Amino acid sequence: MAAVTPLTKISGKSETVKTPGSYQAKVRKHKLLVHAAQLAVLTVLIGGWQLFVGNDSRKVILYGKPSGIVNQLHIWVTQGTALGSLGDQIKVTLEEAFIGFIIGTVLGIVCGIALGRIRFLAEVFSPYIKVLNSIPRIVLGSVFILAFGLGIESKILLVIVLVFFGVFFNAFQGVREVDRNLIANATILGGSRWQVTRHVVLPSAFTWIIASLHVSFGFALIGAIVGEFLGASQGLGQLIKQAQGTFNANGVWAAMVIMGVVALAAEFLITRLENRLLRWRPPQLSGPEL
Amino acid sequence: MSTSPQRRGASPAGLAPSAIDLDGVTKRFTTPNGSVYTALSDLDLQVAPGEFCAIVGPTGCGKSTTLTLVSGLERPSVGTVTVHGEPVSGITPGVGFVFQNDAVLPWKSVLDNVALGPRFRGTSKTQANAAARDWLRRVGLSGFEDRFPHQLSGGMRKRVALAQSLINEPQILLMDEPFSALDVQTRAIMSNELLQLWDLTRPAVVFVTHDLEEAIALADKVVVMTAGPGGTVKATYDIDLPRPRVVQEIRFEPRFVALYHQIWEALRSEVDIAYAQTTDVTRAAS
Repeated sequence: MAAVTPLTKISGKSETVKTPGSYQAKVRKHKLLVHAAQLAVLTVLIGGWQLFVGNDSRKVILYGKPSGIVNQLHIWVTQGTALGSLGDQIKVTLEEAFIGFIIGTVLGIVCGIALGRIRFLAEVFSPYIKVLNSIPRIVLGSVFILAFGLGIESKILLVIVLVFFGVFFNAFQGVREVDRNLIANATILGGSRWQVTRHVVLPSAFTWIIASLHVSFGFALIGAIVGEFLGASQGLGQLIKQAQGTFNANGVWAAMVIMGVVALAAEFLITRLENRLLRWRPPQLSGPEL
Repeated sequence: MSTSPQRRGASPAGLAPSAIDLDGVTKRFTTPNGSVYTALSDLDLQVAPGEFCAIVGPTGCGKSTTLTLVSGLERPSVGTVTVHGEPVSGITPGVGFVFQNDAVLPWKSVLDNVALGPRFRGTSKTQANAAARDWLRRVGLSGFEDRFPHQLSGGMRKRVALAQSLINEPQILLMDEPFSALDVQTRAIMSNELLQLWDLTRPAVVFVTHDLEEAIALADKVVVMTAGPGGTVKATYDIDLPRPRVVQEIRFEPRFVALYHQIWEALRSEVDIAYAQTTDVTRAAS
């Protein structure tokens, strides 16, 4: 393939590269096939679910059904939820997740790099971090709600705790994996310890840190939702809890669909950020993209 | 071309101080399993200002360790390292280091990489970039300022590394098998370019290599080291070939061949010792 088309010229802009017509047609045909297969999978899953549940009211209560979920979403959008308008619920949950995510990420990066660069700190704090990491941190949600009440603060704290460790360990490992040659080179070129951290260690560790952000945002949403389960007056988690309490499976599923859309949008943004920050990397994908 | 006997201490009175002076240097490392490895033992080496000194020796004889001692990345266990009359403590000022593997920063463009040294030293961005462009022109990379290192060939990356070091106008340039990862043709071209660049600022060079041909073609002085552990200087040879030299062609000259024969005699026994050690190790391990 590489012999036929000069594919990767400089960046991944393969659309702008001229390719022979037959090859392009082949690619288009392949894409079409993939999309058709994806659509078929979706139809079978959703259709199968709808047919399986049918109009059996007992099954609707237990499993919910696709048409019911759409209906529920429609009601929430047009008439609002039991807790207030749908937009407000989403806003509350996102606020908790985002604020916690940002604080947790920044703390994780700062601590990870500090401990990675300063051996003394790493030696002092390593047992504490191991202990904190080994406890199931989701339990802290109860502690935070007792201490900080049903408001947004307790959820943000839970999100911070969930996000921090993933980012921290990746940042720490990223610092330790920095090529020693690069550090030696920058030092000899005249870089101070801070300059070396800023220009060599941080960018190098970012490959690791960014990888952790994908997972961490998932954790941020989990933290916000679980925090709302444990006690809240607003938010998607509370919405799900209420739907569950009233045997409204469609409501649970509908809230989940909303979460899915939010998570996908966030994932999209993180990927954009990743491409922007890591554009210096050579294209080195050896497997299919996901 | 005399095989100079090992000199002790500083250079004779009346002469300018050596650019680099290693005096009775021993370097020991503690290995991860706790044992002590002696990389260098009782090494004496002087390099004059503006002199091109090549160090050859078998694998594991401590050639690279010598460079890290001069650069200040490591400290000697015994003995003193003096650069321009000052004992080395911390990173030696006025030193450039070209590494065996790529050490240019992959996340910075070619221009930013070359401008790094001046930027670290507090030069303004405009001035640093202007100097960087100038050096990129000198190494023949004009027009590649905005590329990232992975978009360049191995030879071009080496040129970036050279420009990155030379922009600081080092008085001492340390090179650790800089061209060993390049193919043979590129290597010869790069050697020539190195000589031309060296001529611009005339730093003292310590050039570590496995390749005796490369060493003779480039250097004013070739130092042969004994096999490790505990490598030290076995003999020093002055290379009296005229400059400017064309690296690809100089090897056909009778004088070059004679020097090669002479130095190879000294090097061969050390290579044999080093090889015997590695095969002993593999035999013991199997």
